[in-house]
Amino acid sequence: MLVVEGLRAAYGRIEVLHGIDIEIHSGEIVTVVGANGAGKTTLLKTIVGAQPVAGGTITFRGENISAVPGFRRLARGLALSPEGRQIFTNLSVEENLRLGAYLYTDTRVDKDMDDAFAMFPVLREKRNLNAGGLSGGQQQMLAIARALMGRPSCLLLDEPSMGLAPLLVAQIFEVVKSLKALGVTVLLVEQNAFGALSVADRGYVMETGMIVLSGTGRELIENPRIRESYLGL
Amino acid sequence: MMSDFLQFAVSGVTVGAVYALIALGFTLIYNASDVVNFAQGEFVMLGGMGTVFALQAGLPLPLAALIAVMGTAMIGIAFNKLAIERARNAPIVSLIIITIGASIFLQGVVQVVFGKGIHRLPAFSGDEPLRLLGATITPQSLWVIGGALVVFAALYLFFTRTITGLAVLATANNRFAARLAGIDTDFMMTLSFGVSAAIGALAGVLISPITLTSYQVGVPLALKGFAAAMLGGMGNPKGALVGGVLLGVLEAMTAGYLSSHYKDAVAFIVILVLLSVKPQGLFGLRTVNRV
Ligand SMILES: Nc1ncnc2c1ncn2[C@@H]1O[C@H](COP(=O)(O)OP(=O)(O)OP(=O)(O)O)[C@@H](O)[C@H]1O
Ligand SMILES: [Mg+2]
Repeated sequence: MLVVEGLRAAYGRIEVLHGIDIEIHSGEIVTVVGANGAGKTTLLKTIVGAQPVAGGTITFRGENISAVPGFRRLARGLALSPEGRQIFTNLSVEENLRLGAYLYTDTRVDKDMDDAFAMFPVLREKRNLNAGGLSGGQQQMLAIARALMGRPSCLLLDEPSMGLAPLLVAQIFEVVKSLKALGVTVLLVEQNAFGALSVADRGYVMETGMIVLSGTGRELIENPRIRESYLGL
Repeated sequence: MMSDFLQFAVSGVTVGAVYALIALGFTLIYNASDVVNFAQGEFVMLGGMGTVFALQAGLPLPLAALIAVMGTAMIGIAFNKLAIERARNAPIVSLIIITIGASIFLQGVVQVVFGKGIHRLPAFSGDEPLRLLGATITPQSLWVIGGALVVFAALYLFFTRTITGLAVLATANNRFAARLAGIDTDFMMTLSFGVSAAIGALAGVLISPITLTSYQVGVPLALKGFAAAMLGGMGNPKGALVGGVLLGVLEAMTAGYLSSHYKDAVAFIVILVLLSVKPQGLFGLRTVNRV
């Protein structure tokens, strides 16, 4: 479904992705783990077109989308729930969700919003409140729900568990697992390597802009090198 | 006594309605791009001057006004495309300087093409004043106040009832997230410049029968509109309305009860005092971000 080949990206003259190759099949949950500054966020931003491609290609559902403007990629089925949530803080919870479905005007928008509220009931309670006033965990739920409102076939999640209490982290990972049943393919980036690899079908390990290891979620969790560097075991 | 007060209030609200429209133009562009557009006053000038010359060319007034407003909207769009969009990554200060440059450029072009003359538009519904509780009000004042009300109501509906309006607000709030949601943020900026220029031009058309127009009227109006926007809180349409009317009334009262020499000074002193107490203006947005 999503094939990234030899992908390079740079901030000014400093290259931070040095030829990334990853592949995600339809219906999979794939995780990318890696330390701070490895380039995980840059990888996701490049895939959704928020960061220009400096080399290599991104192929999505058989088409090279490397040159497609970022704002047109959601229509093709690619959504990102970004690092740091990036919700619309001046707008209400409901307006945030409505904007997630900006591309659509049909009746499914209302149904999708109901589904989002069923997934995260606390958002229904706060639907008319300013999203900037939500707690960190609630903002994270809103960011994921807003991305789902765009009806993605492939959802990219950037550190959805960051800064959340353990109970919430578990809830977020449950949601990720449940996306599979909805037919959404997931690319999950996490520093919480254990949680992410546990829910993933496959995973990649990224270090300083390169993929250094890949395998099934189980293989990676059992890999001694990973256990030492990323799982602290 | 009472009729004096009413008379000052009427003229204050009339001028204030124009300030409010100019402040609204500032606000729309500021929200879309973080840029304080000091060429806003030139849009007002272009609206008035454009109508004057379309009228001289033999067009009927409504058509002349329409052409002037649409033409100014085009100029606003071209200004965004040719200058602001290209310098997007420059610091905001540079962008603001670009708007000052555009202001000088537009004045220069109008001066060369249309000359330095001072022009008057005929009042839309004659000059016969109406009486109201001992004060008089010209029909043109009613046009100005009514025009401003219609613009504010239309914009209110646009932002609260349409998905495109919501997308403009989203673009102002978080451009990165707006693009992720599939919003063409460049188009939203173009739209904001176009609408802002059209509103400025409309203000120019409405006020020219009262204040006359020339290539030079833009800068002082931009300063007043900017002051009104600051007073109400930059970035908030409601603030533009309240700030504009307040500034107009303040000026009119000062001119009426003190002297017209002091009207600018008093207005600016009030603004300075208010902003030192409430730096974000009366209705300034303060974002609450919790992590
Ligand atoms: N906007 C930027 N400008 C310049 N350099 C940047 C920018 N964003 C990230 N970088 C650099 O690019 C590299 C990769 O950053 P990136 O944010 O992609 O890493 P990450 O794996 O997501 O890290 P984290 O786990 O902390 O989120 C880092 O060295 C970082 O300092
Ligand atoms: Mg990151």
